[in-house]
Amino acid sequence: MRLILITLVTLIVATIVGLGATWMTATRGVNVGTIKIGAWTARPKTGTSDIDPYSRASVARSGELPVGTGDGVMFTATTDDTGRLLDGRCDIVVKGVTPAARFWTLTFYDPKGRLVANTLQRYGFTSQEIVRGSDGGFEVRVTSRSRAGNWLPTGGLDRYMLALRLYDTPVGVGTRTQKDAPMPSIVTVGCP
Amino acid sequence: MIRWVFAIIGGALLGGVVHLVSVLVLPRVATLDAYSRLAPITKLNAVTALPAAEPGTAPMPFMDPAFASAACRYDLSNGPIKLTVPVSQSYTSVSFYTRNDVAYYAINDRSAGRRVIELDLMTAAQHAELPEDEEVTAADRLIIDSPTSTGLIVLKALAAEPGLMPQAQASLAAANCRVQTDAPQAKR
Repeated sequence: MRLILITLVTLIVATIVGLGATWMTATRGVNVGTIKIGAWTARPKTGTSDIDPYSRASVARSGELPVGTGDGVMFTATTDDTGRLLDGRCDIVVKGVTPAARFWTLTFYDPKGRLVANTLQRYGFTSQEIVRGSDGGFEVRVTSRSRAGNWLPTGGLDRYMLALRLYDTPVGVGTRTQKDAPMPSIVTVGCP
Repeated sequence: MIRWVFAIIGGALLGGVVHLVSVLVLPRVATLDAYSRLAPITKLNAVTALPAAEPGTAPMPFMDPAFASAACRYDLSNGPIKLTVPVSQSYTSVSFYTRNDVAYYAINDRSAGRRVIELDLMTAAQHAELPEDEEVTAADRLIIDSPTSTGLIVLKALAAEPGLMPQAQASLAAANCRVQTDAPQAKR
């Protein structure tokens, strides 16, 4: 009787630990081959056949198709430069320059990777349509109220993520630091 | 008492095994992965335009709203696939995914280097069967080996401004993906 009980406890612990760890890693991802530049992270190997098992599980769970390496690379950010989670009720400024790429796009997603509806049908910017300063840099204001210039509406969503995709770019598996890939800064300038 | 400690330690160790196995199995059993999402809305061995990447219509998460996209769901068991994609004005790319959503190959218009991206997709076995004919293995024919016999080809064309979206969609509508029924002919 006691043996059965102990075996049962062992199996229950095994199930909880095992599946719990899988759920955690598939939802949040594991930092295998992750490039981290400022608030931005990318996993360029996700777009190759060398994709690690954790990223495969994460891709299968979310239902996305990773950007292939010959196509480009996707950086995502869920926090600002100080590590504070991006909040759609705050005024956030994405500013600076981007790494070398033929085209890039900046897109606003909810935490599950869905686009967020707004009346302007403005879900992001491409490198062609963005308004730049005289130095070639740009400044995007991610806020819930309308702003002049490059305005990306948040719809007041409390949590969101930004994706910066570089297309036809040398940035990839070999990239390590800000020097290889100068990413724009993300700063929370004010919260109501 | 000591038995219970062993039971919990043993459980944790066994949990590690469960974790590793479940991570490896998850991609095979996932029912809402990208291939399963696209399977009902795409035609087999033909190019189908995907719904616009907009809230409510985007078939997958993390789609780039600046792109028009189309997919060709392929099955190579009836022979190799021939794919032709005319290059759009700004940027066009073709990405290949296995049945389990692994991106094994991607090419963009610049690396293709021509006005039309032309590719032959086949399994390694079909590639090995190709006659060693000079004209067939000519350098202008790009042959891709698919690791699985089924999978997805995703075509994307950039609309650099929202107004250019119809143009991007039109260039993808002219793309072609079909089974090569007869033996590959020497061109020109």
